[in-house]
Amino acid sequence: MTLGTWFALGVALVLAAEFVRALRQRGLRQRGERWRRFFRHRTTAWGLGILTFLVIVAVAAPLIAPFDPNRQLDIIQLKNQAPSWTFLLGTDVLSRDVWSRAVYGARVSLGIGALGALMAVSLGTLVGAIAGYYQRWVDAVLMRGVDVGLALPRIFILLMAVALWDGLPFAALVIVIGLTSWFGTSRLVRSEVLALRQQDFVVAARALGAQSGRIIFRHVLPNAAAPIIVSAALSVGNVLLLEASLSFLGIGIKPPDPTWGNMIADNAPSIYSAPWSTIVPGLAIALVVMSLNAVADGVQEALDPHEREPA
Amino acid sequence: MTVAAWLLRRLVASIAIIVAVVTFVFILIHLAPGRPCGGRDEIVDPTICEQVNRQMGFDRPILEQYGLYLVALAHGNLGYSFSLRRPVRDAIDDTLPFTLQLAGVALVLDFLLGLALGIYQARRANRLPDVILGNVTLFVYSLPTFWLALLLLLVFGEKLAWFPVGGPSDPVLCPVIDSAFCVADRLWHLVLPATTLGLVGAAGTARFQRAAMLAVASQDYIRTARAKGVPERRVVLHHQLRNALLSFITRFGLALPFLLTGAVLIETIFAWPGMGRLGFEAILTRDYPLVTATALIASTIVVAGNLVADLLLGVADPRLRVRAAEDLDIVTA
Repeated sequence: MTLGTWFALGVALVLAAEFVRALRQRGLRQRGERWRRFFRHRTTAWGLGILTFLVIVAVAAPLIAPFDPNRQLDIIQLKNQAPSWTFLLGTDVLSRDVWSRAVYGARVSLGIGALGALMAVSLGTLVGAIAGYYQRWVDAVLMRGVDVGLALPRIFILLMAVALWDGLPFAALVIVIGLTSWFGTSRLVRSEVLALRQQDFVVAARALGAQSGRIIFRHVLPNAAAPIIVSAALSVGNVLLLEASLSFLGIGIKPPDPTWGNMIADNAPSIYSAPWSTIVPGLAIALVVMSLNAVADGVQEALDPHEREPA
Repeated sequence: MTVAAWLLRRLVASIAIIVAVVTFVFILIHLAPGRPCGGRDEIVDPTICEQVNRQMGFDRPILEQYGLYLVALAHGNLGYSFSLRRPVRDAIDDTLPFTLQLAGVALVLDFLLGLALGIYQARRANRLPDVILGNVTLFVYSLPTFWLALLLLLVFGEKLAWFPVGGPSDPVLCPVIDSAFCVADRLWHLVLPATTLGLVGAAGTARFQRAAMLAVASQDYIRTARAKGVPERRVVLHHQLRNALLSFITRFGLALPFLLTGAVLIETIFAWPGMGRLGFEAILTRDYPLVTATALIASTIVVAGNLVADLLLGVADPRLRVRAAEDLDIVTA
């Protein structure tokens, strides 16, 4: 670790803390009850702060990582080094700096998590909205499809897709994960839409001659935002765990590019002599998933209709 | 009468789902590039591959293969695994009990620990024990199962050497000593893998159960019970818990996919000869009949779990029975 990287790390920390503090201040001052409820739990603010910090770290990876993540520094002298001031989190079995790999791994892992979840939630929302709005046979066909998707554990579909087409590029992996992760969201959105389409404002919009597409996107979905946001936060975590599992089984992102999942896989055999290189990426995953869960809890509490004041 | 009709409808739907899963897997396998024998960079003699493919029926049209597979399946024939050189049925028979044992013990731990924690936390909502436990369960719930498995293995298997590091039983002692020893030995070997799966599940269950208990706590009938002087213990156990358990039953259906997914990873780490590992290896060796069969069994377990959960829910909550009966009347009318 050089002085420059310590400085960059410090800046990232301060930026993240400042961002959350500013958001909180602003929210408390003008948005009223809902924002106050969102920030009421300390864990929610912490989760938001940690996520912000990790995103900054991922974006500014070249500044914060002291070494090239794929460079084998000295395979004889410097392999499996314990954490020290030079190697903040030690080195792995191929003498690569664990801290640098974890920082660069954040890019791939968070990227897959965010993109995969974005795709899954968009698809799930679309299917759920169509099924719930049009009902009848459209609903029946789509929801039977979802039943099938939920019946087969996702990891089987993914394993098959990834193993049978080996050497999938990053984009394809994201698409495959997105295509297999939307079933739960679509059920959730469908039930929301089913309830919302009976409401007066939807009936009024239809009476005014608004087209179905407009009603769905302008009137129905915005009112179902809360569960969709919660489901998005949770699915980022799920996708992250899924990618890690695939990498651990040796069929995710190909080495040497680091992801938190393949870091665990690569270093698991040397866990007895150099536990840090396995523990660090696992903690990173846990930290992100935990933060996302905390934020999801906060959103749920802030927007929960049961606690909402009567209109 | 209506319950029977409902059950029949659900059974037919369940079978349809399972057939759809098989079809989906079949399509996916045949869409994928490469074949078990005679692929692009194959080192096996082409004439031998041709012979093998003919023998296994891979040279026939896809639809014919699909039809033949379904007919065989209807007769209970799962096909022949060419990587293991034995009937798929035998391979499943050998491995499924191990997965069921692992998942079963994990499920018991998941539900018992999760329920206890959830109830305890709800009783002390927003006070110190609840806050501490809330953060702990949030953390454990967020852990990658395979990573937790590695850590438990490191600490309790290797460093402290309290538990065996892998395998289903002691290969030397179990065959020699009596079967009672073997049962104890199996449980002994189950401790680490089942704890890994069970702990992560229990953390989720605890969070779920706490929320369910609190949702019930603000209901009028709880206030009524307190007002008429029902002892606190009875209020919690008979009024609050009984109603909170309704939503817990649906969790049973949801727990199965989690356990089966976890089983693939956990069985690989702990050298547990179960069906998850079998399926994973089948995919790697492109053993089509074995892949399809494991997917079939896994989805059957999930679908059956959901059916059982719905049945239990109907038993526990009379309101649902009435509603289901009304649904049927609307359909049949």
